[in-house]
Amino acid sequence: MTRLTFGGALRSALHRALAEDDRVVLLGEDIGVNGGVFRVTDGLQAEFGPRRVIDTPLAEAGILGTAVGLAMHGFRPVVEIQFDGFVYPAFDQIVSQLAKMHYRTGGAVTLPITMRIPVGGGIGAAEHHSESPEAYFAHTAGIRTVVASTPQDGAVMLRQAIACDDPVVFFEPKRRYHVKAEVDERVDLRTALPLDRARVVAEGTDVTVVTYGAMTGVCLDAAAAAGDEGVSIEVIDLRSLSPVDWESVEASVRRTGRLVVVHEAARHGGFGAEIAATLTERCFPFLEAAPVRVTGHDIPYPVAKLEKHHLPDLDRVLDGVDRVLGRVAASPVSAEPAPATESLAVRTPEPVR
Amino acid sequence: MLDLYREMRILRRIDDEATALQRQGELGLWPPVRGQEAAQLASARALTPGDFVFTSYREHGLALHRGVRGADLVKVWRGVAGTGWNPHEIRLATQQVIIGAHTLHAVGWALGETIERGEQHPDAAVAYLGDGAMSEGDVAEAMVFAASFRLPVIFFCQNNQWAISEPVTLQAPGELADRGLGFGIPSVRVDGNDALAVYAVTREALERAHTGGGPTLIEAVTYRMGPHTTADDPTRYRTAEEVAAWAERDPIDRLAALLRSEGVLDDEAEREVAAAADAAAAELRAGCVALADPEPLAVFDHVYAEPNRTIERERAEYQRYLAGFADANGFVEVDR
Repeated sequence: MTRLTFGGALRSALHRALAEDDRVVLLGEDIGVNGGVFRVTDGLQAEFGPRRVIDTPLAEAGILGTAVGLAMHGFRPVVEIQFDGFVYPAFDQIVSQLAKMHYRTGGAVTLPITMRIPVGGGIGAAEHHSESPEAYFAHTAGIRTVVASTPQDGAVMLRQAIACDDPVVFFEPKRRYHVKAEVDERVDLRTALPLDRARVVAEGTDVTVVTYGAMTGVCLDAAAAAGDEGVSIEVIDLRSLSPVDWESVEASVRRTGRLVVVHEAARHGGFGAEIAATLTERCFPFLEAAPVRVTGHDIPYPVAKLEKHHLPDLDRVLDGVDRVLGRVAASPVSAEPAPATESLAVRTPEPVR
Repeated sequence: MLDLYREMRILRRIDDEATALQRQGELGLWPPVRGQEAAQLASARALTPGDFVFTSYREHGLALHRGVRGADLVKVWRGVAGTGWNPHEIRLATQQVIIGAHTLHAVGWALGETIERGEQHPDAAVAYLGDGAMSEGDVAEAMVFAASFRLPVIFFCQNNQWAISEPVTLQAPGELADRGLGFGIPSVRVDGNDALAVYAVTREALERAHTGGGPTLIEAVTYRMGPHTTADDPTRYRTAEEVAAWAERDPIDRLAALLRSEGVLDDEAEREVAAAADAAAAELRAGCVALADPEPLAVFDHVYAEPNRTIERERAEYQRYLAGFADANGFVEVDR
């Protein structure tokens, strides 16, 4: 075991992948001499050379499109998108090219590409540096979408993603880069928890809280606080958003009868909607209350000094727990102000004098 | 050269046959290549078998030259498969509909080639694109990558004057080839209806790519004599005079004139070529109409390379749903 940060664990995984397989190459902006803006690739170019760890021009579509060609040549590219908000220029290459190539070529062309993307807010960053775009990718068939939240999962899941023959969007929660823990860097991938499995990170009996990424830490804190008040919360780190380990989550919700979904991303069309809808379909007779979503607001990511009002925190998670337990009456829908009916009424024009 | 001429005539013949098949309801769509036979086939002939070709969707000439035959040429356009061939087997990527996206794939393949084999004797990646694609951001990025990494790439732009209804003047006020120079890429403009000229410039670009000289942009000036696709009506946006003027520069007629003056082509050879073209068209037609629709559950095939529980679950659900319909004997399977 080694004490590593989340970022250090990811670096360890990349080092291992580069050392074990000549076909693994890294592509990205500032990943060479600079070691990446989060230092996840620190020292790798010096050790493995500029042909394996490649600084690219500043062109995200170019990075992804180049990775497609490299994969067609037999390589296993690992690309780094510098920040979540910078992935959108590459969206076409990801959605129209990576995601569909295996399907449209009848399985002839596999693209084992891992896309590392720092994700989420809470670090007081400038605009476009705190996005949560996971729903776009989870919605797209042909790619896998995963989010690691601990150093140990970072070390293992990144190696699993690189070993996977499908394209994998690999989200790295920025708030977790400096979280430290003991990490076993030599986990055998054959016996490790598979990449598409969720993990129960806290056991409980009253409420199931389903989350992923940086919110896993927030929800664990909330579970501890709730436990002090006699409420037993089960926290599930989903880890894989596509495919989802429904069986694990379903088993928990059937036991607790209550579901709270927590994520940083906006609510409308967010991944929480998929979780709530599918678990309602699967667990309806077992539910004691309607599922509750605790999410970011339906706004563009706000300025740094306001992000604490956007990101779910311990108290907002506990508020969601209270709602699903019926301790506070208001659900998000019934809490909305009544529509201003007068605005819908036909107004009689003022007589013109 | 007679082989090139024969191939050009075969391409035109199967192109016409495919248009007819679309009109008869056998194909959903077809993008005719008429007028671009020299640009495609003379350049294809310059390549070596190791060079990997990445094309848009009108490059039937490249498919033909790489050995794609009969029904495989039209599977995609009949809507029965996503590709007509295995890209690895003939080093020809599946057709690309997202304009310009494949130029980056060519760049990546070339980068892989230099990582694996070094700069001295790599095979080349050849990206075929059109005048419209020259405006796409992906193409600009591809040229940046190719130039900065000095990659063995040929950007072969067929400037056929039209991107559906938009004239090339909307893509660039000047010559497209000039754009490559800004990226630091040697660039050449060639008469794309002159088969020998196309062959010569492609050979030169290939020589550069194969010897560590980096990328080349070729602008082959040609003309799309037919519609953009069988769904297009070009009379809405271009004049009969323009079409007639380009018909005078038909690349097949020009090569025929040269071959006749050189004594290579005579009436008997012409008859042999026509018979070969007719045979290819008959093979295409017979193969096309014999293509069966895929099985319904094939919609779930190959979404992922590895087992995926989402797909497995949905396949099982849909299979159960389909089983609820009456079979050929009128019985419904009730055991669900």
